Formats: sequence, structure tokens, C-alpha cells
Amino acid sequence: METTLQELGITAGDVILEISYLVSAILFVIGLKLMSHPESAKKGNLWAAVGMGLAMVTTLFLHRGVSGQTISLINGIVIVSAIIFGGIIGTVIARRIKMTAMPQLVSFFNATGGAASALVALMEYSNPDNSSAMVTLLGLIIGAIAFSGSMIAYGKLDGKVGDIFAKWTTYFNIFMLVLITALTVYMLAFDHDMATQTMLSYVLLGLALIYGIMFVMPIGGADMPVVISLLNSLTGIAAAMAGFIYSNQAMILGGIFVGSAGAILTLLMCKAMNRSLLNVIIGAFGGGGAAADKDQGTIKEISLSDASVLLSYSQKVVIVPGYGLAVAQAQYATNDLVKLLEDKGVEVKFAIHPVAGRMPGHMNVLLAEADVPYTKLVEMDDINPDMPNTDVTIVVGANDVVNPAALDDPSSPIYGMPIINAHESKNIIVMKRGMGKGYAGIENFLFFNDKTRMLFGNAKDSIQALVNEIKQL
Amino acid sequence: MEDFLVYFYQNKEVIFIIALSIFLGVEVISNVPSVLHTPLMSGANAISGVIIIGGIILLGHTNLNAFSLNLVLGIFAVIFGTLNVVGGFVVTDRMLDMFKKKKKK
Repeated sequence: METTLQELGITAGDVILEISYLVSAILFVIGLKLMSHPESAKKGNLWAAVGMGLAMVTTLFLHRGVSGQTISLINGIVIVSAIIFGGIIGTVIARRIKMTAMPQLVSFFNATGGAASALVALMEYSNPDNSSAMVTLLGLIIGAIAFSGSMIAYGKLDGKVGDIFAKWTTYFNIFMLVLITALTVYMLAFDHDMATQTMLSYVLLGLALIYGIMFVMPIGGADMPVVISLLNSLTGIAAAMAGFIYSNQAMILGGIFVGSAGAILTLLMCKAMNRSLLNVIIGAFGGGGAAADKDQGTIKEISLSDASVLLSYSQKVVIVPGYGLAVAQAQYATNDLVKLLEDKGVEVKFAIHPVAGRMPGHMNVLLAEADVPYTKLVEMDDINPDMPNTDVTIVVGANDVVNPAALDDPSSPIYGMPIINAHESKNIIVMKRGMGKGYAGIENFLFFNDKTRMLFGNAKDSIQALVNEIKQL
Repeated sequence: MEDFLVYFYQNKEVIFIIALSIFLGVEVISNVPSVLHTPLMSGANAISGVIIIGGIILLGHTNLNAFSLNLVLGIFAVIFGTLNVVGGFVVTDRMLDMFKKKKKK
């Protein structure tokens, strides 16, 4: 009754390899689970990295190809060289980049993952031993979209690529999707000779790359957290497709796991903006001037000395940070202001909107960099009941997330989006560079509120000036 | 229809893994405080670099005696995959460092 390894046509190495994949997959899950608590997060990241390293090493030494050969020494050397090269570049980029450039960086690394998936699928498609043509093509398409889409997201976040939005982009994208689907079906339904097959796979790659570009292009800055999270999810799915080709459970589990986690995060972001995913993808915010006819009231400025007195004699101050804080790199100055006010006995909290900034949790990372304790960062739903008791709300470079139009103006494009109720506090100070509109391109009536005073200028300069002013009181 | 049934039967284990992994991802991510959204996304991003395994398998069995497009693409696949993995984990670690720093104070 006993079966030997030999009868199964496998070696002990094959079994060890599969066991190592099992261990890796478990480490991924444990790692990500640990990462959901601030205390254990660092350990979780390490565990996941160990899992990845283990799978890489065992694959290198134990994987056998169709002919039963393990990876030869010379191939191994090429692989290790490529890994060392990529590893050094990756480490240098990841270590050197400024923390404020974090959203771009995450996008960039996501793009490389997508590119790797697309390349693997592209080569596997012309491999006669590969029997899962459909999955391979899906991996190719999804990987390519994740790559070009992430590169555009990277360019946008880095300020190198602007938004392009016209009515035709929506139609163009639908047309591209139809074209990609049609070509995929055509490739799967009919047999082609090798050369045609290869040629068609390159055409498909090209189409998917173009679609990725055109899909992210019209999406505005405020929707960026959703898009980054979505692209992240796509990269995971593309990796899982490749795992399907190799019947590699670690790749499948890792990829799908990341894919579904990314999808959930995407939906959380959408929910935070009270918009559907489809609405984010198709209905990019465009400079809607619908509400502009209303009587706007007047803008009132505040002097630095008035602002410093107001803040110093408050009991409760809430700071609402936005993308402007990241752009101005005002996180350190903000922390100085917080410490100074706390020394004077003022209670200071930060109100964090789920989609403030350009990626999920952007503000948290930024403020953490400046050593703001995370216990001071309060989520929107928890701080809103407290807003009427707040003496001063300081809005630093945020706009749409405090726009009361989301609550009371049904004609506004952001109507229905939950906001931080800054307008309910007793005083509001808005720090802004100028009277430009937010990324949603709509007027913010908070600025015209009777309780609101504006402090124009670069957020970092304004806050530093404020700190100096308060010190002199 | 029969094709589909055969396909499903032949790949039933994998399909089980996919279905259960989806729930696993949802379970693990739900109820995460927004403080950790960025590092979590970044860490998940690093894990999606598992495609590196595919790159290693592919390049490992590529014939090196003749120069081919596959060789070049394979090398790029491994480099890109490594960038995703290494860069992703290092940057996540760096983000998490910032959360840890304050714990000591």
C-alpha cells in the first residue's frame, strides 16, 4: 500500500519545495495580519519578507523544469545577478526617497510588479508546454494595465503628468475594453500558428498598455487614493494568474490575497467618498461651475497676531490636514505648533479624513514622520461629534474634505460625501496658498462662512510664522 | 459547456484556494485602523511581488547558449520583480519605523 516518491515520479526536493511554498503562503497571511496593528506591524512586514525570501531561495535551488532539470549553475548566476541588481536599486530608491514622495514610490513599485507579471505572461504564452492560455492572457492584460496605469499614477503624483479629461476619454476607454476583450476571445477561440500567436500577444500587450494609460489619465487628484489601491489589487491578481500557469500555490494565494485586500481597501475609499467605483473610474470630477452662481459672501483674512492670540486662548483646537500640508512639507512645523499650544494648555487633535491626501492613510504617514503621536490622529466619525465644542479648527491645505456643499448642496459633484464638520466649530482658520479650487474643482462655501478667517500663503511658512508669533506672546 | 466542466474539475484545488484567499484578504483587511492603510497597502504591494517566483522559474529554464528575446525579457522580469519585492518591503519598513519611534518616548 505504501507509495514511494519514486513511484510518483518526484524527488524529496520537490516535496521540500512545496512545503516551503506552504510556509511562505502562511507567512504572507500572518505578516499582513500582524500589519493591521500598530504594535506588531513592523514584525508583520518582516515575516512577509522572510516568506518571500524563502520562496525565492527554494525555487532557485529546487525547482525542476519540464525536462526534470533543476536550475543550472549558470542560469542561477544570471538570476542571482539580476536579483542583486534589482535589490540594490530597490533598496537605494526606497531608502533615499523623501517621505513626502511616498505615494509616488508605492505607485512606482506597483508598476514594476505589474511589468514583471506582464513579461512572464508574455513569454509563457508562446511556451508550448503551457496549457492555460486563457489565464496567461488575463495575466498579460491585467499586468500590463497595472504597469502603465501605475506609471501614469506615479507621474501624476510627482507632478510630471497632468489630468486629461474630455468626454471622449470615456468612450475611448470603453472602445479599448471592447477591443481587448474581442482580441482575447479571438486568440482563444481559434488556433493560430506560432508566429501569428506571438504577434497577436504583442498587439494585446500594446492595447492593454494604452488602456492602462488612458484609464488613469482622466482621474483627478482627489480620487488618487482609490486608483492606487485599485492598481495595487490588479498587480496581485496578475501575479496570481502567473501562479496559475505554474500551478504554484504560493503565487496564487499571495496574489489573490493581495488582490482581494486591495479591492476591499478600494471599496473602503469609495465608501469614504460616498461614490461608486464605476463613478470614480468613469465620472472623473470636472470643473463643474454649477454652484458658482450662488451668493458667495465675502472672504475675510486674519492677521498672524490675531490668529496666534485666538489659538493661544482656546481650549480645544482641531487641525484638518490635507494634500497642501504634504506639498508644503509642513508636517514638522505643524508638530512645533502643536507642542507649543499644548504647553499653553490647549488640547490639540488632528481630524483625519479617509481620503485626505493622495493615498490611503497619507496624512497618518506624513504626521508620523514628524513624530506626531498617532493617538492624536482622530478619524472623521470620531471627531465630528466633538466639532461644535471645538474653539478653533485649522484647515491646512485641505479643501473638499471640509466642503459643506457635500452636506447641503444636491447639485454639487461631491454631494453625499461624508466630510469633517469644520463649519460647526466656533472659529475656523483656513491656510491656503490662494483662492484656487480643490481638486474636485468646486467652490468651497466654508471659506465664505462668517466664522472663517483665511491665512494665505505657503502652509509651512504660515505655520512657522504663527509659531514665532505665539512664542512672542 | 463540457470544456468548462473539465477545466473546473482539473483545477478544482486551485479554484478552492482562490475562493478562500478572497475571503482571507477581506477578513485580514477589514477593521484595520486608517492609520495603517498606507503601510498595509505598501506591504501588500510588496507581497504582490511573488511574481518574482515566476520570473525565477522562467529565467531558470531559459536556454542561455543562444541569445534570445526571452532571455532579455526574463532578466527584466526578475529585475522588476525584485524591485517590487525589495523596494516594497524596505519602504514599508521605513514607514513603520516612524510609528515605532514615538513608542519609545
